[in-house]
Amino acid sequence: MSMISSEPINPAALLDAFTRAVQGAGAIASFTGLVRDDDGAVSELWLDHHPTLSGEAIAEIAEDARRRFEVAAVHIVHRVGAVAAGEPIVFVAAASHHRRAAFDAVDYMMDRLKTDAPLWKRERRGDGAVWIEAREGDHADRARWETTE
Amino acid sequence: MRPTFFGRLRDAVGAGAIDRAVPANIADSEALRAWLGADFPDVLDAKVRIALDDVLTTRPAPIAGVAEAAFLPPVSGG
Repeated sequence: MSMISSEPINPAALLDAFTRAVQGAGAIASFTGLVRDDDGAVSELWLDHHPTLSGEAIAEIAEDARRRFEVAAVHIVHRVGAVAAGEPIVFVAAASHHRRAAFDAVDYMMDRLKTDAPLWKRERRGDGAVWIEAREGDHADRARWETTE
Repeated sequence: MRPTFFGRLRDAVGAGAIDRAVPANIADSEALRAWLGADFPDVLDAKVRIALDDVLTTRPAPIAGVAEAAFLPPVSGG
């Protein structure tokens, strides 16, 4: 399951709801990403998205992870719009029989989100705003999964 | 035909969408890119992908009957 949210997200509540929904699993792994303030230089991130393509891409990433790691359930919630520094921007979770599949599924979904999800970030730095693109490291992280796909 | 713009293109164009009467001789997505590029050169960047009615194109695709042409710059990462 996956969704895009233009409202603030509460990772603790999301994890709690996910945990209740996947009774019977032996392991749950989750990840929460926060907006980095870059030592105080960034006050806010604004995320642009496509009303159809962004949600479809995120749903596909979730489904790919569920199949690839044979996990019982996965969950992705991604913020769009204005997100203040320090606030959660993404929540990802996976539930499985054993821990390794859950860890791997979460790691995989985050790497895919960084390079494959049509989301565009604009940092507010002081009085200016800067659009940012995926880092080299993001593509290297994504490539780790290609050898065994 | 409604060209739409995302990410840095939104700021470069100054709007998320514009309404344009596309000339009849503009037949495919790449011709549309070149035509809009006269006013908005940022769309000429080959890294900018085009989606026609929510379907990503990888080569010139016919635009007859298409309602929305989305111009998508490289993603930022989630």
